[in-house]
Amino acid sequence: MEMQKLYLLVPLAPLVGAAIAGLFCRVIPRWLAHTVTIAGVAVACLASYVIFKDVMAGNTYNGPVYQWLTSGDYHFEVGFLIDQLTVTMMLVVTSVSLMVHIYTIGYMQDDPGYNRFFSYISLFTFSMLMLVMSNNFMQLFFGWEAVGLVSYLLIGFWYTRPTAIFANLKAFLVNRVGDFGFILGIGLVLAHFGTLDYAAVFAKAPELAGNTTLALFGEGEGVALMTAICILLFIGAMGKSAQVPLHVWLPDSMEGPTPISALIHAATMVTAGIFMVARMSPLFELSNTALSFVIVIGSITALFMGFLGIIQNDIKRVVAYSTLSQLGYMTVALGVSAYSVAIFHLMTHAFFKALLFLGAGSVIIGMHHDQDIRNMGGLRKYMPITWITSLVGSLALIGTPFFSGFYSKDSIIESVALSHLPGAGFAYFSVMAGVFVTAFYSFRMYFLVFHGEERFGKAADHDAHAAHARTDAHDDHSAHGDAAAHHADDTHAEEHHGLAPGQKPHETPWVVTLPLVMLAIPSVIIGYIGIEPMLFGDFFKGAIFVDTEAHPVMEELAHHFHGAFAMATHAVTTAVFWLALLGVALSWFFYMKRPDIPAAIKSRCGPLYTLLENKYYFDKFNDVVFAGGARLLGRGLWKGGDAGLIDGIIVNGSVGLVRWFAAVARLFQSGHIYHYAFTMIIGVFVLMTLWVTRA
Amino acid sequence: MTLAEMQFQTPELRLASAEIFMLVMACLILMLDLFVKDRKRTVTFVATQLTLVGAAVVTFATTSGDIGYTFSNMYVGDLLGDVLKLLLYLTVIVVLFYSRGYILERPQMARGEYYALTLFATLGMMVMISANHFLTVYLGLELLSLSLYAMVAMNRDSVPATEAAMKYFVLGALASGLLLYGMSMIYGATGTLEITAVAERLYMGQVDRGILVFGLVFLVSGIAFKLGVVPFHMWIPDVYHGAPTAVTLFIATAPKLAAFAIVVRMLVNGLIVMAPDWQMMLILLSVLSMAIGNIAAIAQTNLKRMLAYSAISHMGFMLLGMVTGVANGDARFALNAYSSSMFYVVTYVLTSAGTFGMILLLARGGLESDELEDLKGLNKRSPWFAAMMMMMMFSMAGIPFFVGFFAKFSVLQAVVAAGYLWLALVAVFFSLIGCFYYLRVVKIMYFDQPTNSLPIIAPLDMKILMSANGLAVALLGIFPQALMSICAFALLRSL
Amino acid sequence: MLTLSHFLILGAILFAISVVGIFLNRKNLIIILMSIELMLLAVNMNFIAFSHYMQDLAGQVFVFFILTVAAAESAIGLAILVVLFRNLKTIHVDDLDSLKG
Repeated sequence: MEMQKLYLLVPLAPLVGAAIAGLFCRVIPRWLAHTVTIAGVAVACLASYVIFKDVMAGNTYNGPVYQWLTSGDYHFEVGFLIDQLTVTMMLVVTSVSLMVHIYTIGYMQDDPGYNRFFSYISLFTFSMLMLVMSNNFMQLFFGWEAVGLVSYLLIGFWYTRPTAIFANLKAFLVNRVGDFGFILGIGLVLAHFGTLDYAAVFAKAPELAGNTTLALFGEGEGVALMTAICILLFIGAMGKSAQVPLHVWLPDSMEGPTPISALIHAATMVTAGIFMVARMSPLFELSNTALSFVIVIGSITALFMGFLGIIQNDIKRVVAYSTLSQLGYMTVALGVSAYSVAIFHLMTHAFFKALLFLGAGSVIIGMHHDQDIRNMGGLRKYMPITWITSLVGSLALIGTPFFSGFYSKDSIIESVALSHLPGAGFAYFSVMAGVFVTAFYSFRMYFLVFHGEERFGKAADHDAHAAHARTDAHDDHSAHGDAAAHHADDTHAEEHHGLAPGQKPHETPWVVTLPLVMLAIPSVIIGYIGIEPMLFGDFFKGAIFVDTEAHPVMEELAHHFHGAFAMATHAVTTAVFWLALLGVALSWFFYMKRPDIPAAIKSRCGPLYTLLENKYYFDKFNDVVFAGGARLLGRGLWKGGDAGLIDGIIVNGSVGLVRWFAAVARLFQSGHIYHYAFTMIIGVFVLMTLWVTRA
Repeated sequence: MTLAEMQFQTPELRLASAEIFMLVMACLILMLDLFVKDRKRTVTFVATQLTLVGAAVVTFATTSGDIGYTFSNMYVGDLLGDVLKLLLYLTVIVVLFYSRGYILERPQMARGEYYALTLFATLGMMVMISANHFLTVYLGLELLSLSLYAMVAMNRDSVPATEAAMKYFVLGALASGLLLYGMSMIYGATGTLEITAVAERLYMGQVDRGILVFGLVFLVSGIAFKLGVVPFHMWIPDVYHGAPTAVTLFIATAPKLAAFAIVVRMLVNGLIVMAPDWQMMLILLSVLSMAIGNIAAIAQTNLKRMLAYSAISHMGFMLLGMVTGVANGDARFALNAYSSSMFYVVTYVLTSAGTFGMILLLARGGLESDELEDLKGLNKRSPWFAAMMMMMMFSMAGIPFFVGFFAKFSVLQAVVAAGYLWLALVAVFFSLIGCFYYLRVVKIMYFDQPTNSLPIIAPLDMKILMSANGLAVALLGIFPQALMSICAFALLRSL
Repeated sequence: MLTLSHFLILGAILFAISVVGIFLNRKNLIIILMSIELMLLAVNMNFIAFSHYMQDLAGQVFVFFILTVAAAESAIGLAILVVLFRNLKTIHVDDLDSLKG
């Protein structure tokens, strides 16, 4: 009983904080807003830790908290499923969120929307917790949509900036595509299982999997039910976790303030898809087709999004593309049935990516909100803490032995190598190549920001910056976007500013650096501590289901594992390590030693560069085909269908009809008592004729 | 009759203790008021509120959960009655708080009689709720009606109010005549006036069916008048419109609970054997009400009048739950259907109290503020109250997730379960038409420029109550289960 | 020999007359009040007839209550009529039409 109250406390504490900060955002002082929200999240974090201890002692829980609605035989409940998977996510979400809350005090210091921002991020924490703690699809969907909503609100946080509005609209629309698949999947589950409860669905799945097919086109050939459900659910995950081709919203989401880029668009929300697939492992295990699909999508994302990171100049976008690529890694791990590895990478990634983002944010503060890495350089002298922590983050990201990223990423690569599903070969190539690419762009950014020549504070700075605004403001919104971006510069001077000539960057206050340090610690050690229990112990037993007969990847992986230390020392003999090292070395050579080479490559490989510059033309394609097509269809429906048929005949016609009826009905109410009495008598008379004559 | 048969049994007074308490207190307050010098009648007001609270305590203390009869079976005490009475007291308390400021600004109304009449009307409703005899129903109904006639006419210098009172009186008297005529016919057909005995005799089949159906038609007409469903609705718009808003608030809320009670008492408890007949009649009335109510409301410019038509449509919708209790001789769904109706009535009363309360809140300085125009730009004048009003409107329109949505949803579920899919579709269709005028109110509040920029001043108690009322509409939409269970449980223990 | 039907028909006729009196009369409000009284008497006739032929006293007791209530009703009705007359200076049924629509 006590524990159940604690379970409730975890999501409710941030909700209360969000409610106080949100509802009274105009009246309460700033210190109160951040105090209540941070207190709420801290309480949730502590409670999660207690629950973690409790779960480690073997006490899992699965039960309803509140029955919301009963419709026929279907019950819609709010319920919690607390097991190892959930509690891992709870810890990650609450601790990263706590760090981000603290960091925000420094980052948003001068922003007029201070209280509103705190309210949003607390609300996000609540939604995310509801998502991960859910024990049924209904609540999962609620959390899914709620985090999407808060993400939408936060991307458009600076709502006077047109680029932010475009970005949040884009995120919203792309996520709708994913959610469409997701809700279809849930609908299929409800239709065939008759329940939305995880436990009941999982228990019934093997029985239904064998012989149920869905006929797509009338009778005859069909798709296996499980394949259909899993792929539809995964489409939802593709939207939320930004997998190709639904990834286009994530880079643009960097329009939002940096703390939320760290919290939502790197550490937690975008991993909701990964979490969901891991949670649904009993379903995914039943369909090799769906798993292959997952592998292919994941590996495309892992490699090709990494390439894009190489040519970005906006510090946040580099990190954003690396997030995309890492999400691809996690997805690949899911596809090869190494769910625990995916969750493990999710966890390590949450810490080091949040660290990188917050580090980037710190740099941005130091640079007075200039985000262009070409204007930076040599910052290590001025911002030592940011420099060290960012270095730690980058090392973790590229998978340096002993750092957390090494353990999770190396495990993914090994498990991919061991898988025999269709698509695993391609995936292996992608993840190997990805290692090199990751190392290259990470250290390109690192060197350009922290080392080399000091390029800030130049007179040309503002011109360069204007160019940056132009390239970064949505390429697809052409002239309008440009004008808008300039406008934004005027109105939000504090956002795109940069250092004045001669001005030096400065280290950020302690509220910013403290979270960096706090995140740097797990970024280093958590892999070393976690790998053995999480991947090879019994940690996820019962929470994640793997069909060891069909997909023996994890078992084989365990054979190769001889302890965390041995794994790190052994790494030197593997290709992975050397690929990463090569990437680092090459980036050092290109950007520190011979900056002319990249420029030369750029001019030689024009078409390739243009391809990357335009992000493989995904945006263009979407804009022309989907947006254009939709606009065309919309215009057709509007002119012909809506204006003509619906407005003209149905709406205006029926409105006219209703109004006419209303006028007639008013006439009946003549105001004369005798008419009223007469109406009553007529009523009695009609009833009498109908019934007495019949009786 | 021999002497031996003429034994006098002391009736069990415990079951009627709340009514007795209310009667005594109403008389006492009438006398107490003679000695009150204060023009604001604060003492009378407080005494009235305390009486209602006291009645609630008595009802709560004497509730047993079992069905008990007293006064020679003329009177029944059961859980349904107790729940409805508690809701009734609550409604009247809220109504009095809302009305306080309004009547203080009208010297004709700010008198002790207003409170005494309110208490007598409440007593009448309590008697209706607990009636197990046609005589008790009639007496309760008349006590309520006579008090209401007087209350409508209370602002005696107002032309619309007196006109409304006259119309209400004449049509009400006609309706009582119809009801009595129906009762006399049922008496003739079954030989008894006791509702449970009527049910027994009908069940045993010793009845003259011709006379019975004849009586049933009149009985249903009388009830329909009280509910205000088409074609017995003609009084509603005029009375709601003409009466002082405080009285409109009262008429629009509490009597709906009592009307629901007599539907259950007379039709369900007494004439369930005739269910196929009266269900068909009510379906007819219900569809007509939803149609006329929703359509005529669109053409209104006066908020009270619009809400009057909306009340007609809501009562029509509520009846849908009552008509689907017995389907093809199968009463499996009865409990579900009736409790959905009860939920509908209770939540309608809640929402309606809030909406009329808002009109009272806006009416200041002896002026009414009941035109749609008066709501223009309410959001600019008071965002909080505009939000409250918006929630009421959304709830009435049946927009998820406000309580009105669940009320409609559960009634429709009962309708579909009984196999009347077409009826559900008709109901949804007219509800959609109805959305128009509710949303128009929202549009006026939020998008029109205010013509009156006076800030809204209201006493603190009213502000708190109004906020609680609005939040209840929203919260019950998210947590409807408790109230639904109360309704279902009360009916389960009483039918 | 008077049968039950005779009384019932008489009751029905009285009831019908009163109803017609309510909606056919467009002149004097007092006539409406009288019609209402008549209607209640018609109902009384029904109750007494049934009561007599069924040898059951309840119907007659009911009549006493109806008579009492009718008196109260007349009192209220006339009071409203007086108030109305003070406001409108007329008791013409046709003039009661300011509330409509």
